[in-house]
Amino acid sequence: MTAETILADVGRIVRDVLDNEDLVVVRSTSAKDVLEWDSLSHVQLVVAVERFFKIRFASSEIVSFSNVGEMCDAIEAKLKSI
Amino acid sequence: MKSFRELQRNLKRDASGMAKVRLAVLADSSSQHFVQAIRGAAFDRHIALEVFEAPYSQIDAQILDPTSELHAFQPEFTLIWHAGERLLERFQTTPLRERAQFAEQKIAHVADLVTALTERMATTVLYLNVAEFDDGVFGSYANKVAHSWPFQLRRFNYRLMELASERADLFIVDLAMVAADFGRSFAHDRRVAAMTELLFSFDFLPVMVDRVLDVVDARRGRIRKCLILDLDNTLWGGVIGDDGVENIELGALGAGHVFDELQSWARALKERGVLLAVCSKNDERIASEPFIRHPDMTLRLEDIAVFVANWENKADNIRHIQSILDIGFDSMVFVDDNPAERAIVRMELPDVIVPELPDDPADWLPALRRMNLFETTGFTEQDAQRTEQYRVEASRRSLRANFSDEKEFLRSLEMVGSVEGFTSYNLPRVAQLTQRSNQFNLRTVRYDEAELLALTQSPRHLCFAFSLNDKFGHHGLISVVILEERGDGFFVDTWLMSCRVLKRGVEQHVLNTIADAVRDRGGVAIIGEYLPTAKNGLVKDHFESLGFVAHNGLWRLDLSAFMPSEPFIRTHTFA
Repeated sequence: MTAETILADVGRIVRDVLDNEDLVVVRSTSAKDVLEWDSLSHVQLVVAVERFFKIRFASSEIVSFSNVGEMCDAIEAKLKSI
Repeated sequence: MKSFRELQRNLKRDASGMAKVRLAVLADSSSQHFVQAIRGAAFDRHIALEVFEAPYSQIDAQILDPTSELHAFQPEFTLIWHAGERLLERFQTTPLRERAQFAEQKIAHVADLVTALTERMATTVLYLNVAEFDDGVFGSYANKVAHSWPFQLRRFNYRLMELASERADLFIVDLAMVAADFGRSFAHDRRVAAMTELLFSFDFLPVMVDRVLDVVDARRGRIRKCLILDLDNTLWGGVIGDDGVENIELGALGAGHVFDELQSWARALKERGVLLAVCSKNDERIASEPFIRHPDMTLRLEDIAVFVANWENKADNIRHIQSILDIGFDSMVFVDDNPAERAIVRMELPDVIVPELPDDPADWLPALRRMNLFETTGFTEQDAQRTEQYRVEASRRSLRANFSDEKEFLRSLEMVGSVEGFTSYNLPRVAQLTQRSNQFNLRTVRYDEAELLALTQSPRHLCFAFSLNDKFGHHGLISVVILEERGDGFFVDTWLMSCRVLKRGVEQHVLNTIADAVRDRGGVAIIGEYLPTAKNGLVKDHFESLGFVAHNGLWRLDLSAFMPSEPFIRTHTFA
C-alpha cells in the first residue's frame, strides 16, 4: 500500500466521520483547520482508521498526531511491520 | 444492528411528522456521542427525539434547582447516568470505615434525586445501573468482605431494583445485564476513555441506546403482546408430518435440549402475559399431537391462545391470528426457522417483528434474548390469565356464528358489568390500560399509578373502572373513564376500552353509567374529544355514534335529551 493510497483512504474516512463531503484532505490538514474536528470526533476518527487498516495505535500515539500526514506515516509504519 | 456511524447519519434525515419525545440526559461522563446515538436510533423507531444534554457533571445542580434548564425543558423522560468509573473514584476516596455503607448512601442519594425530579415535573426517570467490573483488590474473596468494591457495587445494583420496585416513576435500564452479555472488552475502549471521558466503546453505544429506547417505547405503549411460533424445526427438531411424534427432537433426543429451552422461554413469556400463537404449515390434527401426548413438550395446547395449522400462506394466517386477538401487527413477533417464510411475512406484514435467526438453532435463544423483544413497564396478576381469556373468546366467536340477530346474541351472553372507582386493587391494571391501550382510546392520555391516585382525590374528577363477566368467564377490567368537571358539564379526559369486548354493547353501558353519575353531580352535559393518533382510527366516530353532536370542535351530549339505550349488561355496583 503506497503513501498516496493511504492518504486517499484516510481522506475518505475523515470526510465520512466529520460528515463533510467537500473537505480536501492533504498531509498538512490538521484538526485546527476543520471546524467539526474536535477531540471527540478525533477519537472516533482514529477508531475508524484502525478498523479500516486493521491496526491499533497506542494511546500515546493517538494524541501525538499533529496533522494527517503524521497519522499516515504511523499507518504506513504499522502496515510494514505486520 | 446499525453502527454508531450509521446512527449518526440518521441525524441528517427529516424527522418531521414523527412523534416528538423529550428526553433529558444527565451524565457524569461525556454524553455527547451517546446523545447522537440515541437520537439516531430513535429515528429508526419513528421518534423525533428532542434531547436536553445537561452541562458536564451537573446532575445534582440541574435536578435540585427548580430554575435550571432541565426544569424549563420539562422532559417526558429523564435519564440519569452515573458511570461505574466515577462511582469507583468516589468509593476509593471514601474513608475505609464508611465503605460498608457506600451503596446505602448512594441509594439514598439516587432516591433524593428521583423525588426532586418527580415532585416538580411529570417525568419518567430512567436510571442506568452499573456494569460490573472488578477493582482487582480482593479477588474472589471480595464476596466475603462487606467494605470491598464488588460487594458494594453489587449491593448498589440490587438496592436499585428495590428502589425501582417501590417507585412507579423510576425505571432501571439494565446496563449491567447487557454489558455482561456483550462483555467488558467489547463494551469499553480504555484508550477512548483515557482521552475523552467517553466511557463506552463506539460499538457498544448502539446496544446501550437501544436498551434505553426499549424502555421509552414500552412506556409509550409500544409493547409486544404476542409471540407467534412455527412448529417444525422451530419448537422441535424434525418434521412432525414426516418423522412422527416419537421421532421429533425434544428432551434427550438429538438436539432436543435446544428446543426444550426455547419452549421454556415461550412458556415463561406466556406466564408473564404474552400471548402465544402457533402458525404452522401442517395438518392441524398431526401438528397438535405433540402438544397433547409428547412427554417432553413443555408447551401444552392450553398455553396457546390461537393455534393455526393449515397449508395457507403464513401472512394470511397471521392476519387471521391478529383478527382473533385484536392487537396491532406491530405488537406481534413471529419466530420461524425458515428464511423464506420470514421473508414473506416481512414483505406482506412489515409491522410484524420477524427476528433474523442465526443458522444454528443452539444460538437462537441467546440471540432472541439479546433482542429484548418483550420489554414492558408493568405487570399485573391478570396478565397471566390473558391466554385463557382469548381461548374463551375463540369459543365465543364460534358461538356468534350461530346467532343471526346481534341483539339476541348479546342477550344470550348473560353479561354482568361492575363499576368501581379507582382502588388500590385496580390501580395497577388501570395504569397499565392507560399505557397500553392504543386502539380504543379517545385521547390516549398515559397515566402512572401516582397520577391516578391523585385523580381519585380530586374533587373535580370522576373515575370509573368497568369490569365484565359473562357466561363464559371473567373479562376482568375492560374499560376506564375519567371525567373532569368543566363549566356546566363534565369533560371526558379519558375513555378507553379493551378491544376484546368490542361489539358487546359495553360502550352504551359505559355511557349509561357515566350519564347517571354526571346527573347526580348536577351536570347537564358530557363533552367529548377525539384526539387522532396513528392507531385509534377505530374510535373516530365514537361520540357521534353514541348521539353526541359536534360543538366548537368537540362533541357534546345534552343529558336532558339523552335516552339510555337497551342495556345488555346488568350492572352490579360496588358500594
